Amino acid sequence: MALLDIKGLTVRFDTPDGVVTAVNNVTLSLSRGETLGIVGESGSGKSQLAFAVMGLLAKNGRATGSVTLDGKEILNAPPSVINPIRAQKIAMIFQDPMTSLNPYMRISDQMAEVLVHHRGMANAQAVAEAVRMLDAVKIPDAAGRVRLYPHEFSGGMRQRVMIAMSLLCRPEILIADEPTTALDVTVQAQIMTLLSDLQRDFGMATILITHDLGVVAGFCENVLVLYGGQVMEKSPTDPLFAAPSHPYTRGLLSAIPRVDQEGEELDAIPGSPPNMTMEPKGCPFAPRCTYAGEDCEEHLSPLTEFAPGRFRACNRSLEELS
Amino acid sequence: MTQPLLSVTDLRVTFALHRAGDMPWTKPRLLHAVSGVNFDLMPGETLGIVGESGSGKSTLARALVQMVPATGRAIWQDGADLIALTRAQMLKYRADIQMVFQDPLASLNPRMTVGQIIAEPLRTHHKGLSDTEVKARVKEMMDRVGLLPNQINRYPHEFSGGQAQRIGIARALIVKPKLLICDEPVSALDVSIQAQVINLLAELQRDLGLAMIFIAHDLSVVKHISDRVMVLYLGRTMEIAEGRELYSNPQHPYTQALLSAVPIPDPAAERAKVVIPLEGDLPSPMNPPSGCVFRTRCPRVEARCAEVKPDLTAGAHGVACHFPGPLGARQAETA
Repeated sequence: MALLDIKGLTVRFDTPDGVVTAVNNVTLSLSRGETLGIVGESGSGKSQLAFAVMGLLAKNGRATGSVTLDGKEILNAPPSVINPIRAQKIAMIFQDPMTSLNPYMRISDQMAEVLVHHRGMANAQAVAEAVRMLDAVKIPDAAGRVRLYPHEFSGGMRQRVMIAMSLLCRPEILIADEPTTALDVTVQAQIMTLLSDLQRDFGMATILITHDLGVVAGFCENVLVLYGGQVMEKSPTDPLFAAPSHPYTRGLLSAIPRVDQEGEELDAIPGSPPNMTMEPKGCPFAPRCTYAGEDCEEHLSPLTEFAPGRFRACNRSLEELS
Repeated sequence: MTQPLLSVTDLRVTFALHRAGDMPWTKPRLLHAVSGVNFDLMPGETLGIVGESGSGKSTLARALVQMVPATGRAIWQDGADLIALTRAQMLKYRADIQMVFQDPLASLNPRMTVGQIIAEPLRTHHKGLSDTEVKARVKEMMDRVGLLPNQINRYPHEFSGGQAQRIGIARALIVKPKLLICDEPVSALDVSIQAQVINLLAELQRDLGLAMIFIAHDLSVVKHISDRVMVLYLGRTMEIAEGRELYSNPQHPYTQALLSAVPIPDPAAERAKVVIPLEGDLPSPMNPPSGCVFRTRCPRVEARCAEVKPDLTAGAHGVACHFPGPLGARQAETA
C-alpha cells in the first residue's frame, strides 16, 4: 500500500479577481522510501499541492479530494489530527531558510522546541539530540554553534539547519519545496548531496518540488510534471528525460541551455503561462502547444498509462507527436 | 587588429562600512567588492561574467556606468576614461552604454505607461525629436522586441515577467547603444520564458552589432550566449577565456568546481559526472584570505598559495592560479 495517496486533489482560492484554481484534480501516490520530483513553473500549483497536504493553505484556500497517509484521511483534518502528523510523519523544508527560521530564537531553542513538543523530551536532552542532528547535516562544530542565532549562519548553513530541524522526529515523508533555489550553484551541489545521503540513511520518502529539471535528474526516481495545476506527465526519471511523452515536457527540456552541450538557438515555448483565474475547459497548455487542435480547448484526456509506470495526459497520441 | 570598444584596467570598487555604534572618528572597515579586474571588450562581442553571489559581478557592471564609485581605468574606444568623467561628461556616453536589470517589474516605474518608459531615454538623449517621431520609434522598438505596439498605453503591472523584461530591453535599445550590460536578465524568469528572452537578446545582438556584458550566476545560460567568459571570485578574475575553451578545458580549480556543480537535465549524464565538492562558503570580502583568495576552498592548495597572490596570465586563456591545469588524476581520485 502506498504511504501517501492523493486522489483528485483540487485547491481553489477565493480572490478579489475571482476563483483561482491552483491545483486541479491531481492524483499521485508515494511509497515508502520513494523520491518523487514535482516539476513546474511558477503558478503551476506545485507548492500549493504540498501546502494542501500539510494543511497549510492560506485562509481563502479550499482543498477538495482525498489525501490519505497510511490509509487515514488527513485532508482538511482538524488541528488535533494534523498537528501530530506534521514533523512526526511529514516534515517540510522551504525555499528561503532565513524567513523560515525564527530570527529571535537561538538554533538550540528552535530545534529543541520540536522535540519537547512532539516527543515530550526534557530540554537538555532535546538540545543534545539537536546537536547530533546538526552533526548529521555536516555543520562543523555543531556543539559550539547550536547556541547561535539564524543570522549568524550563511545561506547554505541555514538550509542545513532547516534540514536538521525537519529530520528531528525522523519523519516518514520529507517535502522539500525548492530547497536550493536561493542558493549558489556550489552550495546547491552540497545541499543536494546531503539530501541524497540523508535520504539513503534515514530511508524517508522525499517529495522534491522544483523548477530545475537538472536537480530532478540527479535526485529523483519518479517525476511528476505539473502545468496550470494539472498533471501533464508522470514517469520514472530516466525514460522521462530520454523520451518525454508530453509536448510541454518536450518544450521544457529543449528550452534549457545545457552546460555540457554546444547550443544553437534555444527552442523557446511561445506565449506566457496561463492566467489561473480562468479555469481552462480543456488542456491548460493548449494555447502554447504546437500540436494543439480544436479539441484541446474543449477537453483534456485523463491521465492514462501508456507504458509500464508512465502516464500522460494529452489528446494527441505519441505517434502524432513524432 | 581592431581597437577594443572598452578597455578596463585595474578596476577596483571599495565600500567603506560603518558599523552600528561606531564613533564618527572610527575608521570604517573596507569591503573590497572588486579588486583589480582587467579585460578588453571588442565591438560586437559578448563577455559573460559568472560567479557566486558576493563575487562582485554586479558591482563591476555598476562601476562601469558610475552607479558606484570606482578606481582604475575604463577606456572607451574614443579614449575617454568612463571612471574619471564628471557627471556632465558622462551623460554623452550614457546613450552608448545601456543596462538591463534582473527584476523586470521592479526596474519599471509603475506610474508610467510602457510608451513613456521606453521613450524616456530617447527624450533625454535626443531632445530635438518631435512627439510623433518619438512615438514612431517607440512603436518600432516595441515591435522589434516582440511587444504589440497597441500596448503602448498600458502600465507595467499589466504585463507578465517575460513581457516586462522585453520592455526593459526595448528601453535600453531605443537609443541605439554600442554596449548593453545585462545584469542577471533572465534569473527571475521561468524556464520557458527564459529561453524566449535569451533568444531575443542573441538575435538583437547579432542584428544590431551590439557589444554585451552578460552577468549571470547560471553557467549554462552564460555559456549559451557568450563569446568569452570571465569567472569572478571575491572580486578577482580567476579565469578568462573564449567560451568554448573555458567550458571544455577549464584550467582553474574554481572554474572546474563551479562547472561540476551545475546540474545537468539528463539522468545518465548527471550520474556520470564527477562533482568536485567545494567545502564551506565564500569568505568574507571584508577580510579576504591572503595570497590567492580561493585557497581556503581549493583542492590544490599548497603553502605558496597563502603567501603569493597569483597573477592572471596573459594571452587568450588567462588563469590566476599557481597550479593551473586540467582536472588531475590525483583530484579525480579524491573527488
